[in-house]
Amino acid sequence: MDIFLQQVANGLTLGSIYALVALGYTLVYGILGLINFAHGEVVMVGALASLAATKFLLAAGLPPPVVFVLAFLFAAVVCMTLGVVIERIAYRPLRNAPRLAPLITAIGVSIILQQLAMMIWGRSYHAMPQLLPETAYVLGGVQITAIQLIIVGVAALTMAALLVLVNRTRLGRAMRATAENPGIAALMGVDANRIIALAFLIGSALAALAGMLVASNYGIAHYNMGFMLGLKAFTAAVLGGIGNLAGAVVGGLLLGVIEALGAGYIGDLTGGVLGSQYQDVFAFFVLIGVLVLRPAGLLGEQVAERA
Amino acid sequence: MNFSFTSLSFALAAVLGLVACSKNAPSDATTGPIVIRFGHAAPLTGPQAHLGKDNENGARLAVEDANAAGLKFGGRQVKFELLSEDDQSDPRQGNLVAQKFVDAKVNAVIGHLNSGTTIPASRLYAAAGIPQVSPSATNPAYTEQGFKTAFRVMANDEQQGKVLGKYAVNNLQAKTIAVIDDKTAYGEGLATEFKKAAVAAGATVVAEEHTDDKSVDFKSILTTIKGKRPDLIFFGGMDPQAAPMARQIKQLGVTAKFLLGDGGCNVDFIKNAADASEGCYCSLPGMPLAKMAGGAQFAQRYKARFNADIQSYAPYAYDAVMVLVEAAKHAQSGEPDKILAELPKTDYTGVTARVMFDPKGDLKDGVISLYVGKNGAWEPLETISTAVSPAPTFTK
Repeated sequence: MDIFLQQVANGLTLGSIYALVALGYTLVYGILGLINFAHGEVVMVGALASLAATKFLLAAGLPPPVVFVLAFLFAAVVCMTLGVVIERIAYRPLRNAPRLAPLITAIGVSIILQQLAMMIWGRSYHAMPQLLPETAYVLGGVQITAIQLIIVGVAALTMAALLVLVNRTRLGRAMRATAENPGIAALMGVDANRIIALAFLIGSALAALAGMLVASNYGIAHYNMGFMLGLKAFTAAVLGGIGNLAGAVVGGLLLGVIEALGAGYIGDLTGGVLGSQYQDVFAFFVLIGVLVLRPAGLLGEQVAERA
Repeated sequence: MNFSFTSLSFALAAVLGLVACSKNAPSDATTGPIVIRFGHAAPLTGPQAHLGKDNENGARLAVEDANAAGLKFGGRQVKFELLSEDDQSDPRQGNLVAQKFVDAKVNAVIGHLNSGTTIPASRLYAAAGIPQVSPSATNPAYTEQGFKTAFRVMANDEQQGKVLGKYAVNNLQAKTIAVIDDKTAYGEGLATEFKKAAVAAGATVVAEEHTDDKSVDFKSILTTIKGKRPDLIFFGGMDPQAAPMARQIKQLGVTAKFLLGDGGCNVDFIKNAADASEGCYCSLPGMPLAKMAGGAQFAQRYKARFNADIQSYAPYAYDAVMVLVEAAKHAQSGEPDKILAELPKTDYTGVTARVMFDPKGDLKDGVISLYVGKNGAWEPLETISTAVSPAPTFTK
């Protein structure tokens, strides 16, 4: 039983990260109706930027908690700038183009970002300095580290704040109005471009946070870490219902747990025919399953096609 | 939602610049220096770039030393050159590099670093008749293909796995073991040999898990292993995976001992695993550097030349070059076929060991050393000879 609970805890840590990244996909999709496939790369830039900042600040002799916050702020500023620039260059000119066009530019941006990161940080694995003690706390037979608690806690707080922002504030109302019908929203005095830029800003800040947390959790960051993470988070968003914020959270957590339990038990269940090397495959089984059985996702409603 | 997932499948086109070989020294000329070019292949990018650079440095130091010795064949000055290529530790890329060396008509090859790249590339070198000495590929299959061109200056995984398996049971008192491998030619090969030897020594394998050479998340498989309560976890793989794995073992509160082969037996493992490296065990073919005849001196010279610490294989790359230089000296020629005729007769005392080859091209009477992680360094424990259990003889 302890082992099962431990696997669930592992899955929830993984899932919190997926959820943070999935929120970025869903925010942009909800308002613009496009999948920002460069989002995974923004996470990678966040991880590497926070790593660089952490090294620099530690060398300057600041205490670890201060370094953690400052490094995150630095990564957030870098990623937010990046997000807005991506929107301006790759998506805004194509806002009225067929659906496939922004998808292609998104993939183009993703490749460009990977290559840029490779030029800046090189191709090797970088060790993330440990800002937090790695001792594990034992809670009900489950071993949890400080960084895991922070990942789950920070993710929960961030998601709650985002839900409040979207559903309870004027700004959120403007966002929902733009998602509903940009034309009418504009007539009501909502600046659609501002709202769309805002969606990219928030999504990118969450990506920076996810990147920093991933790097801290595994102690390692490198230029191609965003690709697989981005695909899995996208799967999480689709699983929860793309465009639905609560769905992104549910989908992320669920996918994390599915992956952890899958990798943990597949070897025993299949008598060694299938092994734990298939850990990365589960996400895509889920994706195919959702697309076939319930394309709108778990919490998604059928979005009417825009004319 | 209607987008086609075919648009997700994209590939980066790798643009391969082909080297124009205008520097081919005219070997039929009777004047001027004789130029002998060695190809060196290792991952210089990706997760194992630090190991590749280390090997390249070792080879470079050897080439510089050989040039400083001022050799003359038949009265003509001999000049050695090193052509270094990046094989990304990827078998496909390794073959492209090998083809490049064949086309460039190099006199010999030092490499590759990984078994996964060395084995497929060795076919190309064999077909071209180019002698190949690998400093660090340890999978037995490399020399079992029967190629006259394939040599290595490090004990193979059959020898290493045997020593590791026995050591785990007899010295680390492991009765139940869990085995993880990274599904590469090296990792899987070593894990298989380790398993065989440990079972033969009386241990039970309670868990077998797999990962790949890109992952950093092992919590799921380690949790499963935790449930099986092994005395010891063995990982067949390299340090980019071994380091986060060691940390996650600690985070999960697993009390099992952690044992690695040569792939994790280096400086970067200690650096990236940090506190978790304390009490890990690893093996490395050859003597500990401090105990090697010229080891301490070599380490000093390496540090002075490259301003870095030796990872693990640099002394072997150095010896690999020196073995080839020695063969060329005996042949009084840099021609690949002449070098090849001399290699089986090699008896060269290098930095790592006295290098002699068996009929397969494996190192004769290699030794394996065991280390334990202590106070942020690998501390040598003991050195075990592999000569006690001779490998089955193999005729070419």
